[in-house]
This record gives sequence, C-alpha cells and structure tokens, in this order.
Amino acid sequence: MRLWKKLVLYFLLIITSLILFFPIIYAFMISFMTGGEILSGKLLPSTFSLDNYVKVFERLPLFNYLINSFVVSLGVMLGQLVVCSLAAYAFVFIPFKGRDFIFFLFISTMMIPWEATMIPNFFTIQKLDWINTYQGMTLPFFALAFGTFLLRQHFKTIPKELHEASQIAGLSKFGFFFRVVLPVSKTSLVTLGAYGFLTTWNMYLWPLLVTTNNSVRTVQIGLKQLQSQEVATEWGVVMAGVIVVIIPTLLLLFLGQKQLQKGLTQGALK
Amino acid sequence: MSLKRVELIDISKSYDKQSNVISNINVTIEPGEFFVLVGPSGCGKSTMLRMIAGLEDITGGTLKIGDTEVNDLPPSKRDLSMVFQNYALYPHLTVEENIQFGLHVKKIDKKERAKRTSEVAAMLGLTEYLKRKPRELSGGQRQRVALARAIVNEAPICLMDEPLSNLDAKLRAHMRSEIRQIQRRLGITMIYVTHDQIEAMTMGDRIMILHEGSIQQIGKPIDIYNNPANPFVATFIGSPPMNLASGVGDNLTSTIRLNDSILIPVPTVDAHFLTERVIVGIRPEHIKAATKETEEKDKFVVEVSNVEILGNETIFTFLLNEESWQVKWSGQWQIEIGDKIPLMMNYESFCFFNSETKEIMKTPSDVENHVFGKEVFV
Repeated sequence: MRLWKKLVLYFLLIITSLILFFPIIYAFMISFMTGGEILSGKLLPSTFSLDNYVKVFERLPLFNYLINSFVVSLGVMLGQLVVCSLAAYAFVFIPFKGRDFIFFLFISTMMIPWEATMIPNFFTIQKLDWINTYQGMTLPFFALAFGTFLLRQHFKTIPKELHEASQIAGLSKFGFFFRVVLPVSKTSLVTLGAYGFLTTWNMYLWPLLVTTNNSVRTVQIGLKQLQSQEVATEWGVVMAGVIVVIIPTLLLLFLGQKQLQKGLTQGALK
Repeated sequence: MSLKRVELIDISKSYDKQSNVISNINVTIEPGEFFVLVGPSGCGKSTMLRMIAGLEDITGGTLKIGDTEVNDLPPSKRDLSMVFQNYALYPHLTVEENIQFGLHVKKIDKKERAKRTSEVAAMLGLTEYLKRKPRELSGGQRQRVALARAIVNEAPICLMDEPLSNLDAKLRAHMRSEIRQIQRRLGITMIYVTHDQIEAMTMGDRIMILHEGSIQQIGKPIDIYNNPANPFVATFIGSPPMNLASGVGDNLTSTIRLNDSILIPVPTVDAHFLTERVIVGIRPEHIKAATKETEEKDKFVVEVSNVEILGNETIFTFLLNEESWQVKWSGQWQIEIGDKIPLMMNYESFCFFNSETKEIMKTPSDVENHVFGKEVFV
C-alpha cells in the first residue's frame, strides 16, 4: 500500500515537473536544430550540432554581454546586501525617535510600482552623465524596501541578550553588526543575495533605457537583438543564446540551494 | 585583579519619569562577596542588575564601582562580566571562540588567550567540547560555556541573571555548588539574581530581598530566615513559608487570640505586644505535636486537609481562619487526610508583626539553633 502510494506520488511529481520544465527542455532541443527541423515542429533534433551556439557568439558580442550581466548583477547584489543590512540593523538595534514610522514609510514604497519611478530615475542618471556606465545600471537598485524588510525580520529574531553580551564584551556597534549580526543572519543574506542577483540578471527595461551602445549592455538585451536583427528570426540561434544565458542562473540556484538548506537546518539559540 | 566594591546610593529607576519601578536602593556590596538579589518576578531585581551592568540607564542616584562613579560609563568600561538567563552564546561560533570572544575584542594576544581558555575549560570540564557549536551541547554544557565566557575575562565583578532557571532540578543543585566554589576560588565579587529562595539561601553570603522595587531586607540568609523584617519576607523565604494569621490582643487576659480555640498567652514583659491587631507568624517546623504531658490549655486540635510525605520529612496542611497553615515534621508520619491532630506552639517560636507598619515586633528566640563544637573529640 505504501509503495503504491509512493509510486503515484512520484508519477505525479514527474508529470508536473515535466510540464513546468517543458519550455526550457524545448528551448534546449531547438538550440540544436536547423531551421527546417524547427519549422516541421519536431521535438527532438536529428543531430546534436553546435552550429547555433557558434553562430550566437559570432553574431553578438555575447561574451561581453555575459561579463556585463555578471558585473551588473553582482554589483546590485552586493550593493543591496550592504545597504539593506545596514538599514535593517538601524531599524532593529538603534533606538531613535520615529523609528517605526520611518520604517513603515520605507515599507510603503513597496506599493509604488517600479515603473513609476523609472522616469525620474532616468533623468537623474542622465543629468549625472551616467548613461552607458555600470553605476547608472546598478545604483538605482541598491536601496530595496523588500530586502530591508526581509533582513529586519531576521535581525529581530536575534535575542537582545546577544547584543547586551557583546556590549559588555566591549564590542562597538559596527563590531556587533559585522561579527555577530551578519554571521548569524547568513541564511537571509544568501536568500536576499540570490534574489537580487536573479532579478537583476533578468532585468530588461532599465538596461535598455540607460544603454545606447554595446559597451555595458546585458544579455537580456542581446537576446532581444537576436530576434530583431533579421526579417525571419532564426529561432535555433535565439534558443542557443537563451540556453547560454540560463546556465549561470541555474548554477547560482543549485549552489544557493545547498547554502540555503545548510542555513535552514542550522539550529537557533537555546 | 583588583577587588572592587559596588556601591548603590539612592538608586532609582523610572521609565515614564513619574513612577519609580525601583526606588531608594542603598547597599554596598563588599569585594569578594557573593551577593544575591531575590524577589518574586516583577520586583525589579533584573532591572537593578542591568543598571549595575550599564544596560539600563540609572534615572536617579549614584552607582560606584571601586571609588569611581560609573553612572555614565558604557558596560564595557565597568570592568565586569555577565551571565544571562538564556546564556546568550553566539550560535555561529564554536565553544572555544565563544569563550575567547571578549578577549579577542580586548585585543589580548593569542598565546595568553589560548592559555586562559584552556585553563577555564579545564576548570569547567569543557576541554573536549571546545570545537563544538553551542547547538551541539546540552543545556548544562551551554550553561558552563556561558560561565566560562564570564570568568575568562578575569573581571573583578561578575553579574548573573537567573543563570540556572533553564536547568532541571538535579543539575541546578549541582551547578549551585559549582558556581559557589568557583566564586570562592577566584575571589570575585558576585551579584546574583534569582527568584528562587533556595538558591538565595544556599549561595549567598548576603541576600537582598526586593518587593515592588524597594528593599525589604538585607542580611545573611540565616538571619533573614530567623528574623524576617516583615510578613512579606517571612513568607518569601523558607519552604513551606511561614504561617501567618491576624490575632487580637487582649490586655485583661494577657493573651493574643487567633480564633476560638487558640489563645497565645503573653508574658507580662511583652505586654506591649497586646495591641488590638497583631500579625502572628510561626515557621511550619515550630508547630509541634502535643504530647500527654502538654497542658490542656496549650493544646489545640486541627483537621488535616492535605499531607505530603517527602521521605525524610512530612508536611501537612490544616485550615486556620480560612488560611491554610502548614506543619513540617522530620521523619515519616502516618497521617491521613481528615485526621484530627492535637498540636502545640511555643511562645518562643512566634513572630509578631505590627499590623499597620508591617514591621517585626517580636522575633522567635527559640529557633532550634544548634552549635556544633569547633573541636572534634574522638
């Protein structure tokens, strides 16, 4: 009976995961097909040729785009971690007048859609002459209300006795932040880091707005370029590009997952 | 390590600038003393400890450590260590790193750090756990790590905030004596907060009983037990607590009347106790079984409402003026609920408290205080 139950469960899981994963599998298959094969609606390529991959790298400075994407995503990730953790620390461990009010004001900015702030942000970046620069692409995303909220919630679970113990030990405010709060909140930091990296990696509109040439463009714009370059889009090449772009994301997910699980199983105090 | 006294002068604490949660605290804690702050929860004992530590502002009065006023010094400048109720170990550090944390912050060199850590670890039996994380330790072991972290600093003053309340009864009894021994060996000044009167009685050189933010009594545990300053102290210290009842003094018959059957005859020298209302107290172990020789007027009969036999002693309860009174006799007594037992009480064993001021008027003179000869003859 138990075996039967297990079988059904696994069968359902496999089916649903296949459905969920189908677009990526199909893209992966298309990336090996020739134009004719794609149009005839085949599911599997006749031969696994790497022609499309070669073409992608020939047609676009994809390698440069990848590096740009990495720099921008890492930059935003680190920036968010620094800004959000410092802000969250202030909201949790430094008592000041109107702290809760400021925090709720801060949180309420989550309700403003990002697109609404895009135009003023663009003008700021333009006036600073930061078009086509890394700082223009990263800086507007450093202060993240969601990230601050996430870290604040975690910091609040740190027992106040830890703070007091470190005060008695003679640790400075920053020392406590750096040597106790951050290591204890590793789980949340990893979560926020992965979130920041992935959202930035997948960002399309902002990089498109603040870049006018290929110098700092990211992969997502590259993919769009592949589609519109010619009259008839060569889907095989586009999908080869997509697969290349997905790989770092997947890698990060796998690595991050391991870290996350490790963090989650780590026991709390007492 | 220089020993320092801790002096509290007119200390008070207020959160809203109107009412004091702690008021008029005056006490000097001598160097090398084991000083216990005890009281029911919410009496302000932890707040007081935290004010000494510097974790709470002092809103009135002066706190002196040694000869310097430390009211405005941050905790780290007060040269003390502290053990918290939930241990407050850093979960991401190993036992060794936890113990060394304070030394690291104080930039003590590596050799000295390692030396002190291994000494303290050996003293507390933690040597084989040094590489473990706190979550891999049992409650008692964590407690030791917290203790080790406090004493490794070699600070002259150590503060403890209910450090044993998370341990089971057996381990608690063990740690009580261990903490006491360590304190004696290192000669540090210990200020220890607890709500447990047994801990206070067994550990303290002197204890201070707090109630609703003010001092009830300060003194040696046994003096407090024998001469409680007021009914609160009388019922707080001692288990089971002192039995209390209100009595009516009668000048004509020179007696204090507890109820219809119990009259306490008062000698003429003590006639001033015969006020209209007086609170009468007696320790459970001072209520005796009446014997055949007991005069009929001293005897009174009660009906037992509950019995607890603890192996080496028997505690039973009876009702007196709707208050439940307890009696503690050593040994095993075959008493059933509902039994009628003749009892007697000696005048010497009574405490009298003023019913207005709650102050003690008469202390028991017969406390079965046995002196054991200093010399042992074989």
